[in-house]
Amino acid sequence: MAELSVKLANLTLDNPIIPASGTFGFGYEFAELYDINILGSISVKGTTKEPRLGNPLPRIAECTDGLINSVGLQNPGVDKVLSEELPKLRQVYSKPIIANVSGFSPEEYAYTAERLDSDSSVGIIEVNISCPNVRCGGIAFGTDKQNAALVTKAVKAATKKPVFIKLTPNVTDITEIARACEAEGADGLSLINTLLGMRIDLKTKKPVIANKMGGFSGRAILPVALRCVWQVYEAVNIPIIGMGGISTPENVIEMMLAGATAVQIGAENLINPTVCRDIIQALPATMEKYGITDLSSIIGGAH
Amino acid sequence: MKQTILTVTNQTRIADGVYKMTLSGDCTEIKRPGQFVNFALDGLFLRRPISVCDSSGDSVTVIYKTVGAGTEKMAQMTAGDRLDTLVGLGNGFDTSKSGDRPLLVGGGCGLPPLYKLCKDLLREGKRPVVIGGFNSKKDAFLEDEFNSLGVEYRISTVDGSLGKRGFVTDVLPETGSYTFFYSCGPIVMMKNLSALCPTSGEVSLEARMGCGFGACMGCTCETVSGGKRICKDGPVFQKEEVLWQNFQ
Repeated sequence: MAELSVKLANLTLDNPIIPASGTFGFGYEFAELYDINILGSISVKGTTKEPRLGNPLPRIAECTDGLINSVGLQNPGVDKVLSEELPKLRQVYSKPIIANVSGFSPEEYAYTAERLDSDSSVGIIEVNISCPNVRCGGIAFGTDKQNAALVTKAVKAATKKPVFIKLTPNVTDITEIARACEAEGADGLSLINTLLGMRIDLKTKKPVIANKMGGFSGRAILPVALRCVWQVYEAVNIPIIGMGGISTPENVIEMMLAGATAVQIGAENLINPTVCRDIIQALPATMEKYGITDLSSIIGGAH
Repeated sequence: MKQTILTVTNQTRIADGVYKMTLSGDCTEIKRPGQFVNFALDGLFLRRPISVCDSSGDSVTVIYKTVGAGTEKMAQMTAGDRLDTLVGLGNGFDTSKSGDRPLLVGGGCGLPPLYKLCKDLLREGKRPVVIGGFNSKKDAFLEDEFNSLGVEYRISTVDGSLGKRGFVTDVLPETGSYTFFYSCGPIVMMKNLSALCPTSGEVSLEARMGCGFGACMGCTCETVSGGKRICKDGPVFQKEEVLWQNFQ
């Protein structure tokens, strides 16, 4: 009997499969297609203090085995997330969720985290310091170790729940940022966010994306994600949620061997909306094929 | 919304670069005219959203123009090919708003979704009037289909090679009074129509989409009533809701 459960901070997940923030809304759209209670957890749409409409259209561009998005943290703001979105999700999902927060100053991150801390369905606060689509926020904190430390410290002071910092691959040395977050008390790390990219339309001879650049994700980025998780696993002693390009149960195992305790699945949800369910259902047979009986035993196994 | 495998039963080229494809399978989730389906195509990462021209419980017809890699791949498909499809996406047109004599205006590949709408309105005992606008006679399609429904169907072409020379708005003075309008087509056409039509109406918008079912927020546009996902809250919007300056 395959053992899929993993311990992540103070939570025990039935399996390590978590839809990634920004690709799963607040979950209930997917409940039309399958019983989402099968999921290990859900990382819900990134939430800010104030409502945000996001960037101008077009904000999607197709790539080989992936896409670029420049959504820009569109969300209804923390008040509505607490009063409308999370109650709707609770009707179709009963396990602890991962609340994803973003902001434009350490104080704003702390404010949003503190508000979300009050919701009993929130099991982990995931702090997005790596969104490439907003200026003066998001990635500005994730590419500088001092700023990353400031945000980590502020959020840790605002919540008792485990805090995971979501890191960007768009840096010279991701381990430097990871260590800075760990030093300020981060309980774990989520990586990687999207890679900064662009496409140009040959008919208009202009960038496809209105904002010119956006975040590249999808199957194509798996090798970059694996490399980052590998490096960070060697640099810190806190758990890692690995993500970037995962689309199969084999990819899940690969990511865990690199050092991830759990994984998130992002872009693939957009094109194959039942992928998380399909992977969970296929994992036992894939584990058997590779002689794995307990998934948690393989974490970091490739090192 | 439902994910299902559809099988191509027929594919015909019906105008210059325009194809009509009929597929069979479980289409019961397609509930209203103006909804769309989202096809997964081999070798392309994103699905391709295509509006529904006609549907029954076990089949769907789409009409599309080849404009890029996705539609070119679709045009090569033949009877028996299978397509992983999300069916029943989007809100669709609301026939309850139509009044007795609604005006339906389609431009180019915006015309197909108005075909099912026209059939539904006729079934409800309404008397729709339809205008189809094209660049030229070689681009025109669906003329026989609308005529055989027995509705008043008028055509405009930019070069005058079929019907009235000019744009759909040039045909407007000939239609008599109407109670509501429905439109799908180029943004500039729907914008001008919304300004010229004294009645309220519904317009169907399009955007580059990530998922097509409301999860990624990739196609959100600002409207009078806030940010709306074109794929999930739309693609059909009341004309008064649309901020046209956002679509240049």
